[in-house]
Amino acid sequence: MSKPKVAFFDFAGCEGDQLQVANLEERILDLLELVEVVNFREVISQKSDDYDIAFIEGSIATDHDAERLREIRNNAGLVVALGSCAAIGGINSIRNSQKPENVEDRVYGEDADKVEAWDKAKPADAIVEVDHYIYGCPIDQDEFIHVVESLVQGKEPNIPTYPVCVECKMNENVCVFARNGGPGQVSSAEREIQTPGATQAEQGPFCLGPVTRAGCDAKCVNEGTTCWGCRGLVDNPNQNAHKKVLDKYGLTVEEVLNKFNLYFGWQQEERNNE
Amino acid sequence: MSDEKINVDVEYLTRVEGHGNIKVNANDGQIEKCEWQVIETPRYFESMVVDHSWKELHHITSRICGICSIGHTLASLKATEAALGVEISEQDKLLRKLALHGENMQSHVLHVGYLALPDLMGEGSVIPLASSHPDELKTVIRLHRLANEMSDLICGRTTHPQRLIPGGFSKIPTEDELLQLKDKLKNSFNDLMAVADLCEEKADKFPDFSRETEFISLTNEEEYAFYEGQVRSTDTGISPVVDYKDITNEYVVEQSTAKFARNNRGSYMVGALARLNNNYDQLSPMAKGVAERFNLKPVNHNPYMNNIAQLVEVVHNVRDSINIIDTILDRGLEPQDEYYEPEIDVSAGRGISAVEVPRGILFHDYTYDDEGICTAGNCVIPTNQNHANIQHDMEKLAPNLINQGKAEEEIELNLEMLVRAYDPCISCSTHHLDVEFVED
Repeated sequence: MSKPKVAFFDFAGCEGDQLQVANLEERILDLLELVEVVNFREVISQKSDDYDIAFIEGSIATDHDAERLREIRNNAGLVVALGSCAAIGGINSIRNSQKPENVEDRVYGEDADKVEAWDKAKPADAIVEVDHYIYGCPIDQDEFIHVVESLVQGKEPNIPTYPVCVECKMNENVCVFARNGGPGQVSSAEREIQTPGATQAEQGPFCLGPVTRAGCDAKCVNEGTTCWGCRGLVDNPNQNAHKKVLDKYGLTVEEVLNKFNLYFGWQQEERNNE
Repeated sequence: MSDEKINVDVEYLTRVEGHGNIKVNANDGQIEKCEWQVIETPRYFESMVVDHSWKELHHITSRICGICSIGHTLASLKATEAALGVEISEQDKLLRKLALHGENMQSHVLHVGYLALPDLMGEGSVIPLASSHPDELKTVIRLHRLANEMSDLICGRTTHPQRLIPGGFSKIPTEDELLQLKDKLKNSFNDLMAVADLCEEKADKFPDFSRETEFISLTNEEEYAFYEGQVRSTDTGISPVVDYKDITNEYVVEQSTAKFARNNRGSYMVGALARLNNNYDQLSPMAKGVAERFNLKPVNHNPYMNNIAQLVEVVHNVRDSINIIDTILDRGLEPQDEYYEPEIDVSAGRGISAVEVPRGILFHDYTYDDEGICTAGNCVIPTNQNHANIQHDMEKLAPNLINQGKAEEEIELNLEMLVRAYDPCISCSTHHLDVEFVED
């Protein structure tokens, strides 16, 4: 049996996910035993329209992007969204909630009328059907290999449906909310004295782990920072959020979602439209 | 003189980061069209940062570029720290310099080894090298992995780092980890020299081309500048970073979706060759030794030599990283609390920073209100500064090649190699305009 042909395509994004693939180093050579790479513009010169699996990186934000993506969908057996920009709109969707005229003016000033891009950056599945999703900004390398191996074997990849908190607890991290100055450190009475009228969510260190899809091994909290939500909302956050953490610190899902919104722009909009 | 039609039409140039086209049409030896076209979808980072907190900006702007995410993070942090009046410790500064060395190595090894070398080996990509030159490829992979291990150790992650935060680091490496890294760096000398040998063997494949231009980079009396310094131009001398707009002078051209830049003449070049031309004397002796093997001396005006300047810089990155680790350990590694978050007083202000990233000088400029919410941002990225120079090089090179009677295929390859030599990072050039191209 011939090896499945694999192609990588990039749209609006930083190409960091393709870089994660390039950074697999020797493990790329193992993957090349399983698949044949026929398009990978960042790394190879060969190009082909004959491929079985298409990996899509980046958001879609122009008519030209959309047309190109539809062609890829027609050519490919399977379409896989690679990384947050393609899977959920990602960091590009920050601008979706800003006024389009402000967005253009801030970047292009008097040349704003020459810019042609949509008012919103969209994930791949807003344009075409997407068969599989690899989340993360950037993607997790082990998860990428797992997905490739699964698809080659005709299996469904196993992507977590629970929140980052689960992995974070397993790593025995101190909860971000319990760190110095966090909501867990300040009683509501104290808070009312310090910042009258403030909600719990307006207190210090904050984390999107309770509502964000796991699969990263809580990487950012392990490194001493916080979950920024890069893997997108967990399915049905109102049911699947890590409620124990939220209850303990007196937070609601909506409060968490409104605190800071770097990656959820498109997903939030979809939730609101449902 | 050629009396035939030449038509070079490269859509989506490969082995570069981002999207660009090369179009050259000539008839009877006369150039009718010669364009470096940039066709990236705009991403609007300078708007995305507005209304976000000083705590989030480095996280957002890191996403401008996957390959230079450490450099963008540091430029962002330095601008935020300048705006808020935050000083970092000497140890944190040394660790940040290590982080930049790691990223510069990673990016340069990727470019020279994976993207440029196949041209010299006569292959379309790095993949055939796995069977045709397995030992050489493994050497490149080892160096690339070492660079990534270094970034992982200092930054917590190579792509979109986590440990770099306003005021310092959320987590720092242990003394043992630094010692292990130092050993690995010392053990990489053989691999570095093997790659230098390989490039030397193939260096005659680089076209002999030269066009006088202006070179701009950071410069610093203390060291070969990456993390901090003043702006230096081979034409106009030294100027402060805060006056960056007088240097970059971005302007709109009809033929490209990206803004171009110019300072003293029609274009200027940034990147490894610009740094080497400005700061050659501060390279480590070992790096200078490699430069001498290629007769690379300041001021060199051959853009293809940017590949070799990158190789020279990798050697310098390794040597200087060893020195930095020694300095950190000699001072005594100052431990810090778990989940460290420096205390920062927020006030209104504007901060402007510059950092040398693999592709050249990078500027970030933010304004914050008194609650630390960003009200304006500007980022000037190296590749935007290089576009005009690429265009001007092509305008000189294409007629040269045609007059030499080169075949269309060779012209195309030489033009592709020219653009690739700049190692353009088109997706991170933040200022794009959408211009209709007139079809022939």
